Amino acid sequence: MINDLGFITLVLSVLASLYAICAALRGRHDLASPWLSSARRAVVAAFLLMTLSTAAVVYGLVAGDFQVNYVYQTSSRSMSTLLKVTALWGGQEGSILFWTWLMSAFTAAVMVRKWSSDRPLMPWVIVVSVGTLLFFQGVSLFIANPFTRLWFLGQDVVHSVWQPAGTFPAVPRDGQGLNPLLRHPGMVGHPPTLYLGFVGFVIPYAFAMAALITGRAADDTWIRTTRRWTLIAWLFLSIGLILGGRWAYDVLGWGGYWGWDPVENASFMPWLTGTAFLHSAMIQEKRGMLKVWNMILIILTYSLILFGTFITRSGVISSVHSFARSAIGPAFFAFISVTFLASLFLLFERLGTLKSEHQMDSLLSREAIFLLQNLLFLGITFATFWGTIFPMISELVTGEKITVGPPFYNKVNGPLFAVLVLTMGVAPLFAWRKQSAARLGRALWLPFVIAVAIALGLLLTGIRNPAALFGYWLVAFVGLTTLWEFGRGVRARMRHGEGPVLALARLVGRNRRRYGGYVVHLGVVMIALGVVGTNFFQQETQGMLRPGESLHLGRYTMTYESLRQYTLEGGDRQVTEAQVSLYRDGEFLRKLHPNKDFFLSSGQPLSIPAVLSRPGEDVYVLLVGWEEVGPSGSTFKIYLNPLVNWIWLGGLTLMAGTLLAAWPGRQQAASWTTARRPAMGAAASE
Amino acid sequence: MCLLQAQRQAQMKQLSALISVLLLIALLTGAAYAQEPVSDDEVNAIAKHLYCPVCENTPLDVCPTQACKDWRELIRQQLSQGWTEDQIMDYFVANYGIRVLAQPPARGFTALVWILPVAGLVGGGLFLWRLLRRWQDRRPPAESVAAGEGAAPPDIEPEVLARIEQEVESRF
Repeated sequence: MINDLGFITLVLSVLASLYAICAALRGRHDLASPWLSSARRAVVAAFLLMTLSTAAVVYGLVAGDFQVNYVYQTSSRSMSTLLKVTALWGGQEGSILFWTWLMSAFTAAVMVRKWSSDRPLMPWVIVVSVGTLLFFQGVSLFIANPFTRLWFLGQDVVHSVWQPAGTFPAVPRDGQGLNPLLRHPGMVGHPPTLYLGFVGFVIPYAFAMAALITGRAADDTWIRTTRRWTLIAWLFLSIGLILGGRWAYDVLGWGGYWGWDPVENASFMPWLTGTAFLHSAMIQEKRGMLKVWNMILIILTYSLILFGTFITRSGVISSVHSFARSAIGPAFFAFISVTFLASLFLLFERLGTLKSEHQMDSLLSREAIFLLQNLLFLGITFATFWGTIFPMISELVTGEKITVGPPFYNKVNGPLFAVLVLTMGVAPLFAWRKQSAARLGRALWLPFVIAVAIALGLLLTGIRNPAALFGYWLVAFVGLTTLWEFGRGVRARMRHGEGPVLALARLVGRNRRRYGGYVVHLGVVMIALGVVGTNFFQQETQGMLRPGESLHLGRYTMTYESLRQYTLEGGDRQVTEAQVSLYRDGEFLRKLHPNKDFFLSSGQPLSIPAVLSRPGEDVYVLLVGWEEVGPSGSTFKIYLNPLVNWIWLGGLTLMAGTLLAAWPGRQQAASWTTARRPAMGAAASE
Repeated sequence: MCLLQAQRQAQMKQLSALISVLLLIALLTGAAYAQEPVSDDEVNAIAKHLYCPVCENTPLDVCPTQACKDWRELIRQQLSQGWTEDQIMDYFVANYGIRVLAQPPARGFTALVWILPVAGLVGGGLFLWRLLRRWQDRRPPAESVAAGEGAAPPDIEPEVLARIEQEVESRF
């Protein structure tokens, strides 16, 4: 019943989207046209209908309507209610429906927020964003339908939404349950935030396309009006990536947080181009330059978002042959190709309208260093893209599967990231238009010297790896130059009699966009510190122990005490848990309980590390295996992950900085209206 | 998906059986040479650089499947017989293809994976350089004089200038 309702509302929502596009096209020449208002209402209706449809799936998951195939595959009676809800994004059909729902929410929000201020762009914003929505709705309806039910036809089970003739309902007693790997808090937040980021970037893309189509791309309205949308999308994408890393660290049990896996790369690439876009949009706002380039960046980001969804959802990564096994791969492939080529064609058509308002004045200027930074972002994106798809190309061309693993990315992207972080540190010190080298030198010499001193100090403590030393120098130098920016501003204010705290508060408060950005930079520096620490100084050891025996790693000693086994979740989850004691320099720290769980229903094991987190490092203990019979011994693996906590800390700092920059405020709202006055005047006169 | 897993499991079972036989042979022939036991860390140091031949993107040292356990035993066996790391790597490549390597070798077709990113970066850099030069050349001379004048006059204190800059920026 509820399932039927979900399906019907999905169909109605598709119709509403279709109508919205047609009505927007019909009313595109007259901004006061009732067709346009009607399209707007249809977009909101599509969102409300999608909400009902999504709610129906959630209801099925929670209530355990196992005749519905999706519920059968991802939910089970023993799961907690929270897990049952998160099962919405635990499988193919649900994920796509969830993506679609978020997309409809964002388009509806645009209709509410931007209707009066950006009316001239609205018809085409509707066409582009609802067009994207419609594609996903179509996939949900025709290819990955979450409302399909199971029916018996004689001995066979058939999948169909409605009861086919001559069948009777097949209702399994229990579902298969969510993939154990996904039963983790990180997985509760990771997909929604990632999807929010993905979906959020569709909005600036839609505005960009609308600006191109209407020939209004030359004034920078689309950039200004979507600035905050872009920032929020970027924020969610960043949170999604960090949560994903945390999840991998806590659940996958290999001691790391990032493995350059194709699925990880898929969400990282739009982040890279999105970050490049955020930055180079600033040049357009301030200097009226790089208009074509920004178009290319937002088109790339949009295409990479679709590409990311495509490669994670089509299974094309594990084998190119799975491409044709489901219609999802070809559908995405076609949609990506069409939108990408159409966007580029449109851009090419409208090149004439995108004249730069200023020229480059000097190679030593913020514009120039932003260009360099753009090149680096794109270089990393390209290398990552190439590394991700190369195994498929190889399989197609030579028939041989190959692996492109972390060593490739470390070698190619590592140096690029280093230069990128360097530009992040010095770019804020470059003035727009032209920068005198002497002044730059005056600003940079002190952080440079201090950073060199730090690196030399580390050399004396016995660190010999030149790349690691360079990494520490870089982190110190960039961190200091960024802090120096704060210091400079505070000093200038203190000269007017303000105390240091007030000066800092006012400095940041009066220019949240700029200093929020610097806080984000500090977050990135912290993450870089964690990456340098774990990449160059991770230690590990493994060994089989009998109770009472110990493993040693660095200054730590781990003693194996006992092993116990019990079941959870109605007997489905068999837990084998070891108890170990951890010592540092002979001093007892804590008992830890690494465990290995086995899920009977899915036949899947799950290694859950026990982690002792200290400010300087994590001790990460894994139970690898144990002897079932005989003189009992268990195998343990210990990782020592130096500085890994800086990554999570940096992630939080990055979020705080982005919120600081994006939070709506009075002052910004005021400058907004002035900046947009001409565009609004044009809208009013029409 | 289920089908795929089932296939993979069947595949692994076959491989597992094959490896067991190999191990047995190795044990029988190698027992005479076996010296002191090889530690897990020595095995992992090599397994780390190999990728599981059946699972996607999983290094052999952390892969939990039975097949991978057997492969690690095989490495232990080979080490105890005095094989070098290169020999073991060659053995795995010869038996399971180059996909067991963490990165493709830089020769033949797979060299492309290395060449293209570098070529792209160099090409992009050149393009950018030419673009910058063209922009600078295209600038009318009058404006370039103005820009020169617009640059910081040397007698303004840098702090003041920074403050002006900041104020100007905060108004945009």
